Formats: sequence, structure tokens, C-alpha cells
Amino acid sequence: MNWLDQVIQGILLGGYYAILASGLALLFGVMRVINLAHGDLAILGAFLALVLTDHGVDVWVSLAVVLPVMAAGGGLLYLGVLERSLRSGVLVPLLSTFGLAIVIENLLFEKFGADQRSFFSSIGTLAYSSWQVTSQITIGKLDVIILCTAIGVLGGLQIFLSRTSLGRAMRATAEDPDTAELVGVNSRAVYAMATALALATAALAGVFLGMRQTFDPYAGQAQLIFAFEAVVIGGMTLWGTLVGGIVLGIAQTVGNQMVAEGWLKDVWGGAGAGHVVFLVVLAGRLIYGALEERGGVRTVLGRA
Amino acid sequence: MTLLAVEGVDARHGLLQAVRGVSLELAEGETLALVGANGAGKTTLLRTIAGAHRPSAGRVLFEGRDITSSPAHKRVRAGITLVPEGRRLFTNLTVEENLGLAARAGRGGPWTVEAVFETFPMLEPLRRRRAGRLSGGEQQATAIGRALMTNPRVLLLDEVSLGLAPVAVEGVYASLRSLIERGTTILLVEQDLGRALSVADRVACMLEGRIVLEGAAAEMTREQVVEAYFGLSRGRRNGGPA
Repeated sequence: MNWLDQVIQGILLGGYYAILASGLALLFGVMRVINLAHGDLAILGAFLALVLTDHGVDVWVSLAVVLPVMAAGGGLLYLGVLERSLRSGVLVPLLSTFGLAIVIENLLFEKFGADQRSFFSSIGTLAYSSWQVTSQITIGKLDVIILCTAIGVLGGLQIFLSRTSLGRAMRATAEDPDTAELVGVNSRAVYAMATALALATAALAGVFLGMRQTFDPYAGQAQLIFAFEAVVIGGMTLWGTLVGGIVLGIAQTVGNQMVAEGWLKDVWGGAGAGHVVFLVVLAGRLIYGALEERGGVRTVLGRA
Repeated sequence: MTLLAVEGVDARHGLLQAVRGVSLELAEGETLALVGANGAGKTTLLRTIAGAHRPSAGRVLFEGRDITSSPAHKRVRAGITLVPEGRRLFTNLTVEENLGLAARAGRGGPWTVEAVFETFPMLEPLRRRRAGRLSGGEQQATAIGRALMTNPRVLLLDEVSLGLAPVAVEGVYASLRSLIERGTTILLVEQDLGRALSVADRVACMLEGRIVLEGAAAEMTREQVVEAYFGLSRGRRNGGPA
């Protein structure tokens, strides 16, 4: 029964990873940029919300300020940093976002110190209230809210991309920016918009992180890795981030349970099990890709 | 009245100079065919006019305004649209989405999705199909339709018959003639000399980045164009092929 509980907790945790990963997947999908500052931007969003809640603003209300501010910051990030970086080749955005990550971490450290922060006090009973399903299984209300929000965010992005004129322009620009310009799409505006959306979702994830657990100025790197793992496991698509997030979440919670039962050493617990699943999926994708290049699995096996 | 003017344009691809000091004028309602061998600089010239390629020297004027530094999407809004070589449809978008995207440029005019389907009836039943799953002729029709959706004042067409079955080429040219009758100004790059001469008011021939021959299509003989096309007269003068 404990195992079933861990799987359920993993699915719920996957909701958080999906929100965190959606922005990373969006930027990669639209601009082929791997934003190494994504995790730190999530933490930056959390600290922005913290400033507001310290002034007595409700944390949910603070989202109404934090998300637009982070989105605007995203637009500026594209126009100020990413656009120039992209002009210099595919590797430069990696370097510039890596630099940005370090800048964010150190500015946050200078301003807020190394203390562990959270929104526990701001969300009251939501921090621990839950539904008791069976004697073994409890479902946290906050976790359910986060999972539902994840489905809402991904569904919203899906509708935006498929049903709106700007969304179609974004898909077209993702496929062929040169030609998109030739049919009247302002590709700079589209890229700035994509970065804005990515940063808003990152900030949302950061605030949810602060509701679930504690965070500090250096918490971003771990979040980046989790987001990256979810994106890769899920196959770099929008809904794939939810699948990837859930797989990662289950791997981590089940991994923890295995440590608790004494099956694994502590180094394998939690994040460690998630990394293993990520590496296995990555290796699988690489091998499959190599086989496809040689004419597909069947041809290669037939030849052998 | 001159609608589009190119003045002394140079365009480069790195060290390679593809267009050398080209000047060109296009009057409203006129059809100009640009011919020349592969690598003569036709595509680069068209992309420079459309704003997809930055010239290293010279100016592009539209309605007398200097648009040399304006990006491609702004030129589309002003009324210059290119149908790029190789069609370049958005393969993940449906036919209708490809067309609708171009309507975002926000130029009002006669061209709507329905008007495009009237001109290219074969596209109507395919409207919800992904552009990547169309035949070559269907893709070319969609690419022209997509350009028309911006309601252009100048339509730049780059090798629209390339890679198409003869019957599909026939269809594309029939629709081009109806566009010309409507008074659309067209700058057309075409490999097929016969077609270029039959559809255009004027012909310009490019060789190694320069315009070496220009004149009214009706007054030009095939031999004159062929000579300019291959640089034969110049080759003789210089004592050998270029």
C-alpha cells in the first residue's frame, strides 16, 4: 500500500515538474534555446512573491503582480540578451543564460542572504491539509491544486498555440523564422512573447515550489536539472512535459521509498532515482535515434 | 508610376558577391521577368527586395520611400510579398493555417481564404490537411495563395514552376495570368524562357550578379536573351567564356 501511495505522490509531484518544465520546453521548441537560467528565474519569481508577502500581500494575490512582471522581464531578456546571443550561433545562448543564472543567484544571495524561505506561513492550513483516501494514502490539497494548475497551464498553452493567431505565428516562426517574416510575422515580437510566457510559467513554478518546500538563492540549479530531465523524458513536447514530469516524480518518490525500505543506499534516493530514469530514457532515445539513421530498428535487426 | 525601385544594390553571401550594382524599376501593374542562369543572383536580388537579405550597398525604394533598412515583415505590411523558392510552407500547419497566418499582416483587400480557394479550387478540399502532406503542385498553389493573402501590391515570385509536373505548371501560370489581369505588379524569376517572355511585359537578364539585358518582352528575340543568359557576346569580346 505504501508503494501505491508513493506512485500517487509521484504523479502529484509531476504536476509541479510539468509547470517548471513547460517554459523550458517552450523556449527550446520555439527558439532552440536551452535556457540554463530557467531554474534560477523560477527562484527569482519566488523571491519577488516573497517581497510582496513580507509586505502582507496574500501569496495567491502576489501572483497577479509577479507573473506579469516576470513576463515583461522575459520580453526584455529576449531583446537584451537572447537576440544578440542567437545571432552569434547556437552555443552562445548556453553561455549567456549560464552567466545570467550565476548573476541571479548572487544578486539574490546579496539581497536575501542564505536563509531558507517558504510560503508556509502565507498559505495557512493549505500547507498540510489533505484528503485521507485510505489509512495509507493521503492526498495533499496543495498538490492537487498544483497538478490541476499544470493541466490548466499546458491546456492554455495548447489552445494558445493551436487556436489563436499569435499562437499560429509562434508555431510558424518555430518552424521557419525566415519565411515567417516573409508572410508578415514579426519574428522578434514572437520570440519576445515566447520568452515572456516561459518566464511567467517559471515564476509560477517558483512560487509553487515555495509553497511545497523551502527555497534559497541557490535552489535554482537543482530545479533546472529537474525541469531538463522532465523535458527530455517527455520528448520535448508540451504535453510531454507532463508525462516526463510524472515519470520523474514517480521515480523520485518510489526511489525515496526504496531507500526507506533499505533496498537502496541513500545516494540512490529521491533525486538519484530520477537521474537514473532520465539517463536510461536519454540512452534509449540516443540508441533509437542511431538505429533510425541506419534505416530503422527492423532493418538493423534483420541485418544482424 | 514607379512602384518599386532598386538603386545600385550590392548583396553578398559572406565573401561571395551575388548581386553587383543592380538597378531596376517596376511600374504599377507591370510584370517583369528576371531570367538568368543558376547562380546569377536572381534569388538574392528578390530576397533583398523582400527584406530577407540585407544589401551591402544601394537602396530599395517603395512608392518613393527608402525601405532598405526595414525588416521583411514591415515590407509585407507595406505591400511587398515574396513567394520563396522551394515554396517554404509551414509543414506543421494546415493549408488554412498557412493562409490565415499571412492575413495577420492586416492589409485589407480582395484576397481572403475563400478567394484563394476560388482561384485554386484544388485546395478547398485540402484546407485542413497539413501542408507537409500536399503534392508539389498543391504546395505551390498554397504558397502563392499564402502570399496573396497579404494582399500585396508587388508580388515577387521565385521559380514557382520549379519541380512541378507540366500540368501543375500550367495551372500555376493560368492563375498568374488572372493575377496580372487584376493589375497586380509582379516580379517573376523564371528558368523557362518561353514562359517568361509570354507572360511578362518586360524582361531583365542577369549574369554574374549584373543585369546585362533589359527591355520590352515583345521587342526581344529569344536569341538575344539566350546570348545574354549565357554571356555569349561578352564571352566573345573577352576572348573566352566567363
